[in-house]
Amino acid sequence: MGGTVDPTVLNIVVFVLAVFVGYHVIWNVTPALHTPLMSVTNAISSVIIVGAILAAAPMETDFGTVLGLVAVGLAAVNVAGGFMVTQRMLDMFRKKQK
Amino acid sequence: MSANQLTLWYLAASVLFILALKGLSSPTTARRGNLFGMIGMGIAVLVTLAVVARGNVAGILLAMLIGGAVGAFVARRVEMTQMPELVAAMHSLVGMAAVLIAVAAVNNPGAFGVADPLPMGNKLELFIGTFVGAITFSGSVIAFGKLAGLGRTFRLFSSAPIVFPGQHWVNLAIGLVMIGFGVAFFLSPDENWTAFIMMTGLAFMLGVLIIIPIGGADMPVVISMLNSYSGWAAAGIGFSLNNSMLIVAGSLVGSSGAILSYIMCRAMNRSFISVILGGFGAAEGSAAGAAGEKTVKSGSAEDASFLMQNAESVVIVPGYGLAVARAQHAVKEMAQMLREKGINVRFAIHPVAGRMPGHMNVLLAEAEVPYEQVFEMEDINGEMGTTDVVLVLGANDVVNPLAYEKGSPIYGMPIIDVHKARTILVNKRSMAAGYAGLDNPLFYMDRTMMVFGDAKKVVEDIVKSLH
Repeated sequence: MGGTVDPTVLNIVVFVLAVFVGYHVIWNVTPALHTPLMSVTNAISSVIIVGAILAAAPMETDFGTVLGLVAVGLAAVNVAGGFMVTQRMLDMFRKKQK
Repeated sequence: MSANQLTLWYLAASVLFILALKGLSSPTTARRGNLFGMIGMGIAVLVTLAVVARGNVAGILLAMLIGGAVGAFVARRVEMTQMPELVAAMHSLVGMAAVLIAVAAVNNPGAFGVADPLPMGNKLELFIGTFVGAITFSGSVIAFGKLAGLGRTFRLFSSAPIVFPGQHWVNLAIGLVMIGFGVAFFLSPDENWTAFIMMTGLAFMLGVLIIIPIGGADMPVVISMLNSYSGWAAAGIGFSLNNSMLIVAGSLVGSSGAILSYIMCRAMNRSFISVILGGFGAAEGSAAGAAGEKTVKSGSAEDASFLMQNAESVVIVPGYGLAVARAQHAVKEMAQMLREKGINVRFAIHPVAGRMPGHMNVLLAEAEVPYEQVFEMEDINGEMGTTDVVLVLGANDVVNPLAYEKGSPIYGMPIIDVHKARTILVNKRSMAAGYAGLDNPLFYMDRTMMVFGDAKKVVEDIVKSLH
């Protein structure tokens, strides 16, 4: 049983644990905030922008870097839009407390 | 920055994302949670930019600026009634970004620090990330079209289910061929572009085909499911890039969407499979056949106003009709006026009211209805029997007492028990059957008065006569 652990195995470990965390955290979300939940999860899954940045980075422009740049742009729409619209909705829920 | 440092920063971002979701357990902590999410995203983007500092940072920043500006513009301008469309559109962007990144990774694995040619493990993960992303994209585009009501201009976006004979077999066949190309891509020693492109193209097609048979009122499930897919697509890309943060973020979103889908299905007492196979509500007519013989009582907004003024307790049940008519502000004004007269006014919300999870809550929040007055179905159902007046605004299936009758198509679906109230006012535009294609016995009860008309118009008229 010697040797190093394959990255894919580590990925699976992270994946399974994250699904468990997600399961428990999401069940605690109050139903009134299910719409903000959807918009903020949208913003969070747009962290895929990290992959897009890597794809867009090489200096010599080719087909792949162009796609990377487009992906950066698309993901950025979601990052900005997702967090901002969530904030807007949550502010509405706060106003009512007064 | 070393790979270790980078990974630790990504870990910090992952924890912040978890905290962002945890904050949503209550409206009081939710805003702080959202801030955590933004900080996490900021960290993720900044450290990644630091890694590629010698690359085309200017181009990347420009793309971020353009995208960010578009996102910010839309987030400011969008109306709360359009939230379902916006969310669907955003899902499609995540899906498309996943596909583009996957194509770039097949083209130049070196840019991601992945071995070139791609190892088989990474190919498998790329294959999964790509087809999930492609299905998310095209499925979300169709969902967007249905939600935005583009069905009149383009039939593919029809909110009625589009069904044809052998539909599920066609989908299955396409799915199998797609997987076949995926396996070919996986097994080829070099970059097998033909297989990759065929697989991606078929996945785009499949996304369209699996969403078109699903009708309008099943949208809460569809939109949650696509939310889930967008997460799994991100996780798939995380696997292929060996990026634990992407895996964590993707899995959180994936499980979130899956749980929401489950909650929505449970609220309709339907299995996930039956929703996904679609066609519900397409075969209507049979159950509504006997409607002609029964009579309904109908009244004016003034009558409704009179009944409510003389009540001690009023429960308002909003549905999709409220969103369509954008009546939330008028409803708030009405509720406030009734409260000022000492009447106990509360709102009852069914989990699938509207077109997405939590849709009604957001609309009422926008109109500044205090959330202590807004109740979930199970919290208020017990008090329906002692409620004087219930006002149903643009909801139908979620208040249909047929849910208690064995043998009816919606038997077992949890409903808001408005039929137990002393007086029931139902606002509808016409006597048309609801989404399930079922007649609603509620409308023919002695204690029920129908108030026909657009929800906003009717509520405004009620407000006028309350003065």
